[in-house]
Amino acid sequence: MPGDTLSAVLRRAALVGGAVAAVLLAGPVRAESTAPASTPALAPALAADPELEADAMELSHKLRCLVCQNQSIAESNAPLAVDLRNQVREQLAAGKSKDDVVDYLVERYGDFVLYEPPFKAVTVLLWLGPAALLLGGAGWLAFRLRRRRDEVAAEPSLSAADRARARALLESAAGNAQSESPESRS
Amino acid sequence: MKAKFLVPLLLFFGLAGFLAFGLTLNPREVPSPLIDKPAPDFTLARLDEPAQTFSLKEMQGEVWLLNVWASWCVACREEHPLLVRMAEQKIVPVVGLNYKEVRGDGAINARGMAIEAETDMAIERARRWLRDHGNPYLLSVLDIDGRVGIDFGVYGVPETFLIDRSGRIRYKHIGPITPDALQNVLIPKIEELRRAG
Repeated sequence: MPGDTLSAVLRRAALVGGAVAAVLLAGPVRAESTAPASTPALAPALAADPELEADAMELSHKLRCLVCQNQSIAESNAPLAVDLRNQVREQLAAGKSKDDVVDYLVERYGDFVLYEPPFKAVTVLLWLGPAALLLGGAGWLAFRLRRRRDEVAAEPSLSAADRARARALLESAAGNAQSESPESRS
Repeated sequence: MKAKFLVPLLLFFGLAGFLAFGLTLNPREVPSPLIDKPAPDFTLARLDEPAQTFSLKEMQGEVWLLNVWASWCVACREEHPLLVRMAEQKIVPVVGLNYKEVRGDGAINARGMAIEAETDMAIERARRWLRDHGNPYLLSVLDIDGRVGIDFGVYGVPETFLIDRSGRIRYKHIGPITPDALQNVLIPKIEELRRAG
């Protein structure tokens, strides 16, 4: 039954996923503290001013957690992410601009900490690559279509005599086919 | 253009080449932007003598290592015998940065703990650990809240920074130092920095 196959596939996918996760978890030998993800080392502080807290969270969503790497520091509960969130909050509260805070973190952790990589010499391919591929592909397609059109136009047209010969050939071929299999029509 | 049919094959090999290269990279190793920059200055209490502080200028004129460690860090235990051996052979002075000794340990709930109590606990734990496993450090300093760790861009323990005579960070080793990394990377770099004066 299709339902059974589907559930079997899902079960297998879950098993494979679990195994991969287990390998990944067993892999790293380094520790970013032994705290389980759900219990941050210190109570996550909140800024007293809701506007400031909103700013801090907005900025935190743009900063990558270096431990989990696929989460922002706003989403992650890794102890380092908690520390960095507190840094963001503290520095904004001290009157620093968002750019200052971003610079502070980039100075220490590099561009990796930014979810949106900056546009500079080493990231030109990253930013312009997809557009270049699209334009290149469109250009190639236009070139091929034009050449095809020219080729079609350049093909010699048939003379009246050629057409008559072709028609005669086609008709005789059709006649043969009919005479060879008359029973198929009865 | 007889060999046109080879184009997809060549594209495939090109792509496979990129992917194969990608497999050799370790996404956990984030390159530090601090290389060749002056090490961030700090003043922290010493583990052996908490009334005294240590700051970078005390190591001026030396090529030395700053090793980030904590007693809760499992990988540090793996690295420690090598550090002890390095100390016995007097390869290079190593200063320990004890990182979030108490609040970094998931087994301890440090919420609401007074900073004095946390410091006392950190000193007790760190000293016990060095007694049990040997103390390879010239001295260790206490980074209770991990702020100095953030300044150094620490995102896991252990990490080791190679600092030159003028106080610039010249190299960062992420993860436990292996005998191989010591022989083939760290020692050559240390010797080079010493020759450079």
